Amino acid sequence: MAARTALLIGTPKGAFILDGDASRRDWQLRGPLCEGWAIHDISVDPESGAILAGGASPWYGPAVWRSNDTGSTWTHSSEGLTYDDDGPKLTTVWNVTAARGAIYAGVEPAGLFRSVDGGTTWEHVAGLTNHPTRSDWQPGNGGLILHSIVPHRTDPARLWVGISAVGAFETRDGGLTWETRNRGVRAGFAPDPYPEFGQCVHKLVMAADGGEHLYQQNHCGVYRSSDGGEQWEEVTSGLPSEFGFPMAAHPRDPMTVWTIPLNGADQGRFMPDGSAAVWRTHDGGESWIRSGDGLPQHNAYIGVLREAMAVDGLDPVGVYFGTSTGQLYGSADEGRSWALIADNLPPIWSVETMALG
Amino acid sequence: MAEGPAVVHMPRSLVALFPGAPRRLEARGITVAEVIDDLDRQIPGLRNRLLDVGPALRTHLNVFVAGVRADLDTPVPPRAEVHIIPAVSGG
Repeated sequence: MAARTALLIGTPKGAFILDGDASRRDWQLRGPLCEGWAIHDISVDPESGAILAGGASPWYGPAVWRSNDTGSTWTHSSEGLTYDDDGPKLTTVWNVTAARGAIYAGVEPAGLFRSVDGGTTWEHVAGLTNHPTRSDWQPGNGGLILHSIVPHRTDPARLWVGISAVGAFETRDGGLTWETRNRGVRAGFAPDPYPEFGQCVHKLVMAADGGEHLYQQNHCGVYRSSDGGEQWEEVTSGLPSEFGFPMAAHPRDPMTVWTIPLNGADQGRFMPDGSAAVWRTHDGGESWIRSGDGLPQHNAYIGVLREAMAVDGLDPVGVYFGTSTGQLYGSADEGRSWALIADNLPPIWSVETMALG
Repeated sequence: MAEGPAVVHMPRSLVALFPGAPRRLEARGITVAEVIDDLDRQIPGLRNRLLDVGPALRTHLNVFVAGVRADLDTPVPPRAEVHIIPAVSGG
């Protein structure tokens, strides 16, 4: 197969790019990029091929970076990326996702911004901030952050977002109005375990068939929905823990997703028993398969954060994850076996794949 | 308007965000805020890197006018030396 893959990596000390060969075995590292800014998320605009990176500098504030030449040169902008002078200080960008001519940025404190000029200027999607529940949103351990942005595959008016300790929302009118999408999702830490909102979604992904089929890794379990999040069904059974951050969906099989359970919210948040593994389902979460083949099985007290797992579009699918201790692991056989791709990086906050010509 | 422009000294980490921008350039204004406005005209986007909501100088940035720490309202005398200096922070 001639296609090559690049891995885009966000860290608190800049972005990095791993350029792979066609076998996905040899990787060459470039970086740090984006002037060493703390990059929470890095992704690709599927239409333009531009790389987008969202984050902040401790000195110069938040911005979205853009590269039109696979990471060789970069520009940045935060024009309009503000709650204005009477609003709260926007501290950083947690997610940047492009879809059908628009780029969305999820920020802290939680809110959504949109750019329709390639990231040069931004406008606040005020409909979400104006949601009647907003005054009761409380930050999670990582802050009050909008970290997941899931565009509908064909309908540009529909979009889902995930906000930690608040839950999932959907708009069907291009962001003017939003509805909570948390029914069936547990908030095990709350007096009412099934509230309208307040669930701690950790990562929201869309299945390969698009449209109505979603999965989420939550603070309290793993869930799937077949109706666009109006109702969720818990599919945690079979996993070693209900807690974890990242999740990735197969690019062609809607029943296959990968997740990385961590031992527990209050138990250190590392791989259970210090034994590293990625778990996958091929039946929509009815059953789960563990793979630690090629991963450290002893004394591996490593964590993986919400954006730090990604899949490529090849056959078989490549699966990649980065650890909060700076290792990048990859699998070229859909998560059955693993190899160390890079080590000694800063803590890895995000991983994304990019198809190269 | 001041009789002569201020001379602004910018840190490496700031000019690196704007390819081609100089470390030292002249800017006009009778206050720090006005000088920053003029810098932004010369280097579009620079204001967003220096100012937070308020507007106010970003928390970990310091501006000195003629060697004295300043805020946005501080007067800038003609031909004053203005230094923009990132705070020593991070890990």
